[in-house]
Amino acid sequence: MEYFIQQLINGLTLGSIYGLVAIGYTMVYGIIGMINFAHGDIFMLGGFAALIVFLLATSFFAGIPVALLLLLMLLVGMLMTGLWNWTIERIAYRPLRGSFRLAPLITAIGMSIFLSNFIQVTQGPRNKPIPPLVTDTYHFGAITVSLKQILIVVITSILLFAFWYIVNKTPLGRAQRATEQDRKMAALLGVDVDKTISITFIMGAALAAVAGAMYLMYYGVASFNDGFIPGVKAFTAAVLGGIGSLPGAVLGGLLIGLIESLWSAYFSIAYKDVATFAILAFVLIFKPTGILGRPEVEKV
Amino acid sequence: MATDMTTMTKDTILRVEHLSMRFGGLMAIDDFSFEAKRGEITALIGPNGAGKTTVFNCITGFYKPTMGMLTLHRSNGREFLLERLRDFEINKVAGVARTFQNIRLFSGLTVLENLLVAQHNVLMKASGYTILGLLGLPTYKNAAKAAIEKAEYWLDKADLTDRADDPAGDLSYGAQRRLEIARAMCTGPELLCLDEPAAGLNPKESLTLNALLRGIRDEGTSLLLIEHDMSVVMEISDHVVVLEYGQKISDGTPDHVKNDPRVIAAYLGVEDDEVEEIEEKLDKGIIEEGSV
Repeated sequence: MEYFIQQLINGLTLGSIYGLVAIGYTMVYGIIGMINFAHGDIFMLGGFAALIVFLLATSFFAGIPVALLLLLMLLVGMLMTGLWNWTIERIAYRPLRGSFRLAPLITAIGMSIFLSNFIQVTQGPRNKPIPPLVTDTYHFGAITVSLKQILIVVITSILLFAFWYIVNKTPLGRAQRATEQDRKMAALLGVDVDKTISITFIMGAALAAVAGAMYLMYYGVASFNDGFIPGVKAFTAAVLGGIGSLPGAVLGGLLIGLIESLWSAYFSIAYKDVATFAILAFVLIFKPTGILGRPEVEKV
Repeated sequence: MATDMTTMTKDTILRVEHLSMRFGGLMAIDDFSFEAKRGEITALIGPNGAGKTTVFNCITGFYKPTMGMLTLHRSNGREFLLERLRDFEINKVAGVARTFQNIRLFSGLTVLENLLVAQHNVLMKASGYTILGLLGLPTYKNAAKAAIEKAEYWLDKADLTDRADDPAGDLSYGAQRRLEIARAMCTGPELLCLDEPAAGLNPKESLTLNALLRGIRDEGTSLLLIEHDMSVVMEISDHVVVLEYGQKISDGTPDHVKNDPRVIAAYLGVEDDEVEEIEEKLDKGIIEEGSV
């Protein structure tokens, strides 16, 4: 039983990270109906931005408090990654809006390859380790909870709340939801649709950057390749939860995290990715709208 | 300076000059010019396929006209060439709002939210582009309150107050039409373009709509409307422009247009005496049946 609860906690931590990335997929899909396959690499960029901030901060200000260091890693990472995603949307996706449906998908895959290769060339192909930042652990009987796990879940919850608030309660979120439903009509009511879409990309990237920084903190390494497998898993989470649905993305992320850690614990760790992607296939075949997704209503 | 009230209220809000719109080989609008006066209800009428909606689409930025100028005169003296503005600027900068023949509400948003989206620019500015709004500054709170008050005002006008929190998609057809007009009004337009607002309404709903439109005009917003139904047009409009096959065939007061032989011909096909002529020709076999 303790073993099971331990795995639940591990799965929840991992699931939080997937959930944050999945929101980026689902938001972009919701607003412009496109799968941004470069989003996994945006997550990877977020990890590297945090890594660079870590290296700069520790070499220039030795003895910087860990809390401040983490905050800096998160904020600078969000800023830099947001800028990257804004640029990508501006130069690679916007000119293709209104083109045939496959065009932005192909560009997105191109951007994904570009980003991982760019990082491979500029940062080197080897795994980049960082020393463990937060090492405290708490023991409850046989169950061990580390402070970094708590941090990950707490930061994720705060961000999700902030995010939910923006989407549901602010004029910006209203404009995003309106743009999602009828882009042309939103423009006719004075909503700058291009700007709204840009902001959506920045918001998605900021969440992915936090996920990237936490992934770095959790595993202690960053690699140019990180965008691929975790990225596709987050995409699976978005599909499982119902692509286009924000609560669905979080739910999907948590489920994928739990499935992965429970599968590793009770079956075979070597096949954990197979389990995840088998789920993607099953969802696409048997319930393409996902758990919380709505069937697409034909727009007239 | 003594200003004559009639000229004050009768200056031009929209001037369309030599508008042409070509789709491939089809000339949908051919050298069409007219003016809409401030504070009036101007109706654009004509048989099916005359190009009325195309004119609207040019005015509201859906189409870039092949030729012609669309000048909007705002009450503060500024002028805008509508064909040069970006899609959202037509509403934001030039103050033109429109509705559609097939209703385009945000059906997943609530009725109130539909009206708040229309006040997006005011709210965004007041919320410091969201960032300051998250801090809960009083300027934003006041703006949000004002926006809700404005929405409530139009809810009341459109008789939708008790439906404010329902999804817009759940309303009845007539209520959706009224909501669409209320939403357009929440953007604070100077010119409101309505594409067949009475289409599909029952006579009772039609009367409510007429009252709503007159109310909007009396509050100072100019209206430009496309209407099919002559009885509605004659009832509410101050000025009528008739379009047939992309060309203007008549322009004037409802009475003038109603008695214009070209308009009667366009609506009835041909005039009574011509009907007899055609019947004779058919009898003699000069023209074949079906070609008329």
